[in-house]
Amino acid sequence: MEFSMSTEAPHHTIDVPYLARLARLEVTPEEIEIFGPQIGRILDHVEQMNKLDISGIEPTAHAITVFDVIREDAVTESLPKKTILENAPHNANGLFVVPKVLD
Amino acid sequence: MSAFTPYQSIAATRRLLRSKEISPVELLEGLEQRIATADSSIGAYIARDLEAAKNEAVTADLSKPLGGIPIGIKDAISVAGQPLQSASRILDGYTAPYDATAVAHLRAAGAIPFGRMNMDEFAMGSSTENSAFHPTRNPWDLNRIPGGSSGGSAAAVASGTALATLGSDTGGSIRQPAALCGCVGLKPTYGRVSRYGLIAFASSLDQIGPLTSTVEDSGILLNAMAGKDPHDSTSLELPDEDFTAEIGRDLKGLRIGVPKEYFVDGMEPCVRASVDAAVKQLVSLGAEPVEISLPHTEYAVAVYYIIATAEASANLARFDGVRYGRRSPEAKDLLSLYEKTRAEGFGREVKRRIILGTYVLSSGYYDAYYLRAQKVRTLIRRDFDQAFTKVDAIVSPTSPETAFRLGEKTDDPLKMYLADIFTIATNLAGICGLSLPCGFSNRDGVDLPVGLQLLGRPFGESRLLRIGHAYEQSTDWHKRRPGLIS
Repeated sequence: MEFSMSTEAPHHTIDVPYLARLARLEVTPEEIEIFGPQIGRILDHVEQMNKLDISGIEPTAHAITVFDVIREDAVTESLPKKTILENAPHNANGLFVVPKVLD
Repeated sequence: MSAFTPYQSIAATRRLLRSKEISPVELLEGLEQRIATADSSIGAYIARDLEAAKNEAVTADLSKPLGGIPIGIKDAISVAGQPLQSASRILDGYTAPYDATAVAHLRAAGAIPFGRMNMDEFAMGSSTENSAFHPTRNPWDLNRIPGGSSGGSAAAVASGTALATLGSDTGGSIRQPAALCGCVGLKPTYGRVSRYGLIAFASSLDQIGPLTSTVEDSGILLNAMAGKDPHDSTSLELPDEDFTAEIGRDLKGLRIGVPKEYFVDGMEPCVRASVDAAVKQLVSLGAEPVEISLPHTEYAVAVYYIIATAEASANLARFDGVRYGRRSPEAKDLLSLYEKTRAEGFGREVKRRIILGTYVLSSGYYDAYYLRAQKVRTLIRRDFDQAFTKVDAIVSPTSPETAFRLGEKTDDPLKMYLADIFTIATNLAGICGLSLPCGFSNRDGVDLPVGLQLLGRPFGESRLLRIGHAYEQSTDWHKRRPGLIS
């Protein structure tokens, strides 16, 4: 286990603008320059997982798994519409308002 | 009538309230005065509403287990009618429309939620430097960080500005700040406490838990919060349990596992020495030490930062400028509304993790990263399963080092992540963990707290608290207070 890091260029390179587009996140040229090598170094560290033989190992999605959690299909009280809409940046006529989607 | 005294435990305060030596309103006023004096240099609080709390205090039912006890709440946890931001700009102006189930349970037990505690934005960080509001400082040395992400929750307890607080722990976010500030932090077993009303970071890892000044207090709070919740399908139906029931029993016959992978070179020498001494102390109290191995420990950071960022990138997709919080005034169309709102609203660490999480889930990389990490997670979980066939609890340092300086690691995220090495495997395995004070390390002339971590089997909190309490009561570490604040 090691607590200090090399400052050499990482082996992994990632396409930050492409990933940011997938994540609907605008990034500045400065952020692209910073995130690329930082995430590259994290991926270099992650690579050590490849040393392990994982054939036949089942994945764990939840450490303590519960299956088929169901409840009665009954109508219950929900939060008032007004309370929810008041937290939105823009609402009108009982609806969320967004910029025009279709011309 | 007596005045409010900082650092009083919940158990002791409850006695004073019931014997009418102090009223709930006087308690709140005393606390507010303490906050006004001590918190200006620490910054544990983001916001608080004294009048609202006093209104609740007037009608507090002192016969209830937490009647009239104020509890500070991490800014990721909903309290109806109070601001909720997860310390992020993207939730500017947001007011929680309902109580988190954990908070509702505390209220039902008579507690008064008082104060929003600072944190790393969306619980992403180990230093509370990623808060959009302000950094929180360590009460033992104001040039140092309090740990994170529940840094405000820990610093408040450690500076006597809160009796107890709630935090959340995804990879150590309760235990690590508790260790670095010198208080007690409990991460319950996954599924023990409902996550409903906790702003999700990584849903398969997140768990709400208490930060307190004594081990017993953490049991008292868990008693109030634990239980199945129809709003959280991962919370579990378990028999009622008094988590303080084993407290006071001795440690004879208990086996304590010492994992060789957690005692390695590279640790701060004084942390190592303090934890070694704590193991000896546990043995002198009757516990039997057993050397164990958790062979996949070295992979925990890698697995964690894939699974946690993948889940975060999905969970944080909801912050899009449409339904809550802020919206970019620059938005021209729907796409730019998303992209600009998120660019303006999220801080740098959050953006970095969203991009990493998006990468590991993206087409062509899923199997190599996310699926592989989930399989290694299975191996990490098995390590603990095997260890717990031999031992009742596992002992280790909470963090390989004491509090670092503000700004020391902000430019090197991987270095920051690696400091989580002893806490993150707990969340991957879903087990419970406790951190409590076990010594001090002198750095630059200042004594900084060292944390001892005790890990227990799933749903083994009662045993863990018994061991923690026995250790705590046999030492004086928990009685020491930072000298900086009077």
